[in-house]
Amino acid sequence: MESFTRLTSAAAPLPEADIDTDIIFPARFLLLLDRKGLGKHAFHERRHRKDGVPFVLDIPPWTGARILVTQANFGTGSSREHAVWALADFGIRCVIAESFGEIFYANCFKNGTLPVVARGEEHAAIMSEAQAGREITVDLPTQSVVLASGRSIGFDIEPHRKRSLLLGLDEIGSILADDEPEIAAFENRHRGARPWLFLSKGQLAYFADTIEELG
Amino acid sequence: MGGRTLYDKVWDAHVVREYDDGTSLLYIDRHLVQEVSSPQAFEGLKDSGRRLRRPQAHISVADHAVPTLHRGRPLAPGLAASQVQRLRENSARYEIPYIPMRDRRHGIVHVIGPELGFTLPGATLVCGDSHTCTHGAFGALAFGIGSSECESVFATQTLRQRKQKRMRVLLQGALPDGVTVKDMILALIAKIGTGGGNGHAIEYAGSTIGYLSQEARMTLCNMSIEAGSRVGMIAPDETTIAYVKGRPLAPAGEMWERAVAEWRSLPSDPDAVFDRQVDIDVSALVPHVSWGTTPQETLPVTASVPDPALESDPARRTRMERSIAYMGLTPGMPLTQIPIDRVFIGSCTNGRIEDLRLAAAVVRGRKVAGRVTAIVVPGSATVRVQAEEEGLDRVFREAGFEWRDAGCSMCVAMNDDRLSEGERCASTSNRNFEGRQGIGGRTHLMSPEMAAAAAIAGHLADIREVR
Ligand code: SF4
Repeated sequence: MESFTRLTSAAAPLPEADIDTDIIFPARFLLLLDRKGLGKHAFHERRHRKDGVPFVLDIPPWTGARILVTQANFGTGSSREHAVWALADFGIRCVIAESFGEIFYANCFKNGTLPVVARGEEHAAIMSEAQAGREITVDLPTQSVVLASGRSIGFDIEPHRKRSLLLGLDEIGSILADDEPEIAAFENRHRGARPWLFLSKGQLAYFADTIEELG
Repeated sequence: MGGRTLYDKVWDAHVVREYDDGTSLLYIDRHLVQEVSSPQAFEGLKDSGRRLRRPQAHISVADHAVPTLHRGRPLAPGLAASQVQRLRENSARYEIPYIPMRDRRHGIVHVIGPELGFTLPGATLVCGDSHTCTHGAFGALAFGIGSSECESVFATQTLRQRKQKRMRVLLQGALPDGVTVKDMILALIAKIGTGGGNGHAIEYAGSTIGYLSQEARMTLCNMSIEAGSRVGMIAPDETTIAYVKGRPLAPAGEMWERAVAEWRSLPSDPDAVFDRQVDIDVSALVPHVSWGTTPQETLPVTASVPDPALESDPARRTRMERSIAYMGLTPGMPLTQIPIDRVFIGSCTNGRIEDLRLAAAVVRGRKVAGRVTAIVVPGSATVRVQAEEEGLDRVFREAGFEWRDAGCSMCVAMNDDRLSEGERCASTSNRNFEGRQGIGGRTHLMSPEMAAAAAIAGHLADIREVR
């Protein structure tokens, strides 16, 4: 995973609440099998309006923005990780919002993308910087968003997620390296205590007569 | 220390270890795999050369992209065919049971998990799909995850998680005539908002639960994610146990007795503490419909399209104006005067046999309004077969509905079932987002009875007046 330490960029303002993952990455592109190259589909409907009104990410100075500033409940809805892959591929590595959809929030950390929660006056201050087209800096080591004026706004992040982002750690690799014996021991105890949760080969023979898929 | 909640009990039974920062490594018993979220997870597994830890913990099925017509023919070459084929290949490679499209066990993951007895009380169950909360209706700790987390479950059978706060939704009273669980959950979302359950695991409790069938409970838990919560649970009771008993993958014999003994101990202790409580007087509810582009933009069907001019909060006013413009509505217009073009009865929310029975009872002996195209898409092949045995397909067909094969269909518009620009649909699904049912399509969420009533009337209608 790509690591994340510090990012300075124009911040694209999207002053709208409840931007769902269907808006970020429309469902029809979910048929694609790859997680790379999805950036061109990000915000597809918003970027290709019939009336020709451009989307914020297509208007200078935000065309190369790597930060997005939006309102409450960003990434609500479908669990599709494609939303994060598309944003990252488009160049957005940090989203600042008043709150996030929970699955989207978790997905960000698996892909080197930093979701930042800011509220109230602090959120308003960041939004107005974004709207003014000024650059902001997001600094993960100090957990702060720094505005052009020098004002610094702190944010919270889970320690292990911070560490993973800073080091670009692969969480699955860490679990396998550090916790494998405990998983095995747990699995044994769990199987003893709740054997019905472990399907046997015999039970799964129920699927032995599935028919052939066509084509 | 107070007693433990249902959520606490299932959580505690699955903690492999706790980390210094208060997060836990949670053991995952079961994983439902579908074609949309899994290709990249399998790819990650392959690229890293890791093995899949426990093949018997997974079942795979293609539901999102599959056509609901011509199931007897091969899929036309294209993206959907490649996606289904990839799932089949990956399942074979990692020795996971795969349920083909034409198989009698095929269907939407959240419909077939319970049908098969794969979903069990007290289990942890995940799927790369946000509506995995559906399975919480059994007292399972079930939640939707992203593809990277699917890969973690493949490789480690665990997920690193932080425990959620606990929220109880207390539902009291019997359901009035014409009111279903869909109206209950829509009313809850309208009340607390689509972010209302954020950070919380919901438990639905109260006297109403006892009146609800297991199927209705699934509809209730299904839309917990629309209330902002990944988790929505109901304590297992005799209704739950009766539903699970005898299912193909459910425990049997002595194992069944042991399992049931544990399931009976799962309900929240009387002195369990919740961080938050929301009360809903079900006996006072009326049927609900959504009017906007988020599930919280929902009102009683007796109401009118809201007027942004009357909204004092500027952010909410802007949001409202945007929704009204997208939906092509006029402020102040009674909801029951909104004409519709399409009707969709189906999805993991309302594609079960009871839903089809309720809808069929409304359309029996009547005709779909002239301008309306209406389809019924059973949630699974099992549901379809049962409905056909009961003659429901005939009732729908005679009324002018199309009768389809199982799948997600027009809930997500990844196959050929979708709205055209500007078309308006009365839908039993769970999301009314912009473009959700097709680019420029307009969705009104409601119960199966209300969707059936709209099909007959040709506009949104109050089921209590149509019957
Ligand atoms: S029916 Fe709709 S909500 Fe349910 S799993 Fe399918 S696409 Fe998702």
